[in-house]
Amino acid sequence: MTITLVQGAYIVAALLFILALAGLSKHESARMGNRYGIIGMTIALVITIIAATAGVDAVGEANDTSGSGLMGLGLIAAAMAVGAVIGIWRARRVEMTGMPELIAILHSFVGLAAVLVGWNSSYEKNVPYPAIHDGEVFVGVFIGAVTFTGSIVAFLKLSARISSAPLMLPKHNAINLGIILIFFGMTAAYIATPADDTVVRQTLLGVMTALALFLGWHLVASIGGGDMPVVVSMLNSYSGWAAAAAGFLLDNDLLIITGALVGSSGAYLSYIMCRAMNRSFISVIAGGFGVEAGTVAGDTDYGEHREITAEGAAELLSEAHSVVITPGYGMAVAQAQYPVAELTSQLRKKGVDVRFGIHPVAGRLPGHMNVLLAEAKVPYDIVLEMDEINDDLPETDVVLVIGANDTVNPAAIDEPGSPIAGMPVLTVWEARNVIVFKRSMATGYAGVQNPLFFKDNTQMLFGDAKDRVEDILKAL
Amino acid sequence: MRIGVPKESKSGERRVAATPKTVEQMLKLGYDVSIETGAGLEASFDDAAFQAAGATIVGDEIWQADIILKINAPTPEEVARLHQGQILMSLLAPALDPDLVQALSARGVTALAMDAVPRISRAQSLDVLSSMANIAGYRAVIESANEFGSLFTGQVTAAGKVPPAKVLVVGAGVAGLAAIGTASSLGAIVRSFDARSEVAEQVESMGAEFLRIDVEDTGPSATGYAKEMGEDFNRKAAELYAEQAKDVDIVITTALIPGKPAPRLLTEEMVASMKPGSVIVDMAAANGGNVAGSRPDERVVTDNGVIILGYTDLPGRLPTQASQLFGTNLVNTLKLTTPGKDGQLVLDLDDPVVRGMTVAQSGEVLWPPPPVQVSAAPAAAAPPAEPPPPKKKMSDGTRLSLIGGVAAVFLLISAFSPEPFLGHFMVFALSVVIGFYVIGNVHHALHTPLMSVTNAISGIILVGALLQVGHEDFWVSVLAFIAILVASINVFGGFTVTARMLEMFKREDAVR
Repeated sequence: MTITLVQGAYIVAALLFILALAGLSKHESARMGNRYGIIGMTIALVITIIAATAGVDAVGEANDTSGSGLMGLGLIAAAMAVGAVIGIWRARRVEMTGMPELIAILHSFVGLAAVLVGWNSSYEKNVPYPAIHDGEVFVGVFIGAVTFTGSIVAFLKLSARISSAPLMLPKHNAINLGIILIFFGMTAAYIATPADDTVVRQTLLGVMTALALFLGWHLVASIGGGDMPVVVSMLNSYSGWAAAAAGFLLDNDLLIITGALVGSSGAYLSYIMCRAMNRSFISVIAGGFGVEAGTVAGDTDYGEHREITAEGAAELLSEAHSVVITPGYGMAVAQAQYPVAELTSQLRKKGVDVRFGIHPVAGRLPGHMNVLLAEAKVPYDIVLEMDEINDDLPETDVVLVIGANDTVNPAAIDEPGSPIAGMPVLTVWEARNVIVFKRSMATGYAGVQNPLFFKDNTQMLFGDAKDRVEDILKAL
Repeated sequence: MRIGVPKESKSGERRVAATPKTVEQMLKLGYDVSIETGAGLEASFDDAAFQAAGATIVGDEIWQADIILKINAPTPEEVARLHQGQILMSLLAPALDPDLVQALSARGVTALAMDAVPRISRAQSLDVLSSMANIAGYRAVIESANEFGSLFTGQVTAAGKVPPAKVLVVGAGVAGLAAIGTASSLGAIVRSFDARSEVAEQVESMGAEFLRIDVEDTGPSATGYAKEMGEDFNRKAAELYAEQAKDVDIVITTALIPGKPAPRLLTEEMVASMKPGSVIVDMAAANGGNVAGSRPDERVVTDNGVIILGYTDLPGRLPTQASQLFGTNLVNTLKLTTPGKDGQLVLDLDDPVVRGMTVAQSGEVLWPPPPVQVSAAPAAAAPPAEPPPPKKKMSDGTRLSLIGGVAAVFLLISAFSPEPFLGHFMVFALSVVIGFYVIGNVHHALHTPLMSVTNAISGIILVGALLQVGHEDFWVSVLAFIAILVASINVFGGFTVTARMLEMFKREDAVR
């Protein structure tokens, strides 16, 4: 196999990846996009496996690399087979509500792989530019390690194995900044250490990896559960940068291109999410930077809330002409998407105009609600974005708020002192009636009381969202 | 504490202050509930239904209960049966009937007037005036339709054309708006007039035309109710009524000013100018009437054949629903005054709502209450909150110098970098830009699939690990092996789950 063939294949694969991302931006082309991605990946892997096992003829005899032969092929086949089985098995079994966790844990694998690849290439001898190479090792391992522990914390938070409340170590910003400064110092020391001083180099690399692992844990641990959609997409971006760093390390353009694509698109996606939540992008990627604890003005008395029964809600719904459903994470937790879809189709059969209003950050993953509703076969033409639905809300008879809280909080508009002030929200209170499905009167992730619950046109329906929706179905 | 609901003694009253539903809610608040036998019969709630809901049915001893819930104000005989320390909740009209308040306080009764709820939004769930006015407005239209000799809705039939009825609703309060809604849903052409020009939007939202007169804006009163109008306004309004009276078939008047006799809106001449068979419903008849010639609780036919209905029991003509709404208002009042949900009533006189309703307590007359500002009044309306200052946009100058600075630093670095590194860096920089633009317009619904596909693609790190496996160093091979394994999970898992998600979206496509 010649080096030019390998590089040609990489160019083709890289172009296919670009097509894949471009395809994923529209419904019509999305499936094709995924296929481009698979084809690109197949080409890249096949060519690499051949190159790795059979060796590469480079320009000039001296640069040829010998392959790892049958032994290597066996190892590759074994590792890939195990990985493929696990990957496909998890991907087939995962509940759509468990999507955020799955994606978070997958990111951690990229991070781990980047750390391992980085460590491995630190043993490489006879590199043409040792200083650059050493620097690349450090950067690659650092980003990989941050991604690895960060994703694991995100996974644990999303699957509720640990509390999703933000961790607030004293001086957490100083800790983060300190680690980054130490990282630069150690990089310089590592480059300066002669290549044959293995003990010092290994120690430096080991300590740096440990620090990076800690940083990744600390960054994500200090971000609250409400910001999780941004965190997941930010980790996605980190995993891309980790791959790009590995590409520099291995002189591999395909890794650089792909990593940079994923990194920049993930960063842009996080930026979109932050704008939707009126959060500062910097403060989220820097792990709760500038988040002041305890600015919640909790004393305001909003008065009494009113309750409604499932029968009452069913009555309201059957008399309505137009209904808008605004789901949130609570719907995912209660697995209520199927009864909600059933409710939708029943109401539509009665001639009620039912639509969905999705806040950009509803759920724990960008687009989480859309995936859940699609799973339950809600036609996507009635699933609208916040900006599309807000103008229609004053004309709406009934709004069902299912498991959403902060995304429908009028305090974001009315109370400049509120922690969520300025965040664009679904203006559900402009509708004639609002029914809020909620387990209790507790606050949402942002820890802010929601004046919506006390409005005159709002009625509360307490209990598990799924049970309540099923009750309404029965009453209908 | 025990709640007692006696049978209403006022003749013609068919409502009752509790229904089986509200009994259940009161029991939940920790109270015991007694109902006088037969109290709910006229409203279609029999004793058995109350019993099933958990109430005890008693006879005359109902007046021994700690709390008495009633619809109408107690008669002198009933006042005589109340005792020291008892709590009474009912309509009391404290402004019109100060003697009753005196009598109640003399007996040591704590009295809450359900018709003195301050008009603040928090208290709306207690406000019987609103809830009763709502069904009264509905019933007023039904009564007028009953008397009217023609259809409300316009039709074109084989037997000829039916013109739609023209309805004028004067006063767009709760009752007026309910009347507008009912009349327009019956198909009539509805017009409405109100001295408060700011209600025009509400009127139009209910499907009526809002009539305007050319006079300076009168503005709302601080209490949320209408107030008496100036000379100029009254003259112009009279012209409007005179003109409309000749045209419309149905007039429904709802104009009330609290604590004052109802304003006279339609004079005898105006009534005389109406077409024979026209119907007027004077919803203010109890307070003197808006229409010349209307008499409370009577159907009057004028010389020119115009029917004037002065019924004052309009809500009572829908006794079942009216009882339910009145009962719910009472329950909401109890909720407000039973903070512990333990069946102990606590009057918090610092709460403006409770203070407003409480007209007498332990021998003391508390009427009138200090004025309560309605938040909707312009005086009280705070200026809209300052929008948070928009993020400072970088000026073009700073942006250029920033880019220039970054470029300079980069050039400095590149001067000392080996050539292959820069080649890679170019690839890197261009890919960043492409990644940024490629997903610029991604559809919101596709964020999750996009993320999982980019995640699968970033499994490309697998390529790096592939090249390291089979290395002569044993540990390098081991690490590379692990890296291949985890990265494969990513690649295969990522693509599979994306395909699965997109598959779901696809079925949607097929459905459409």
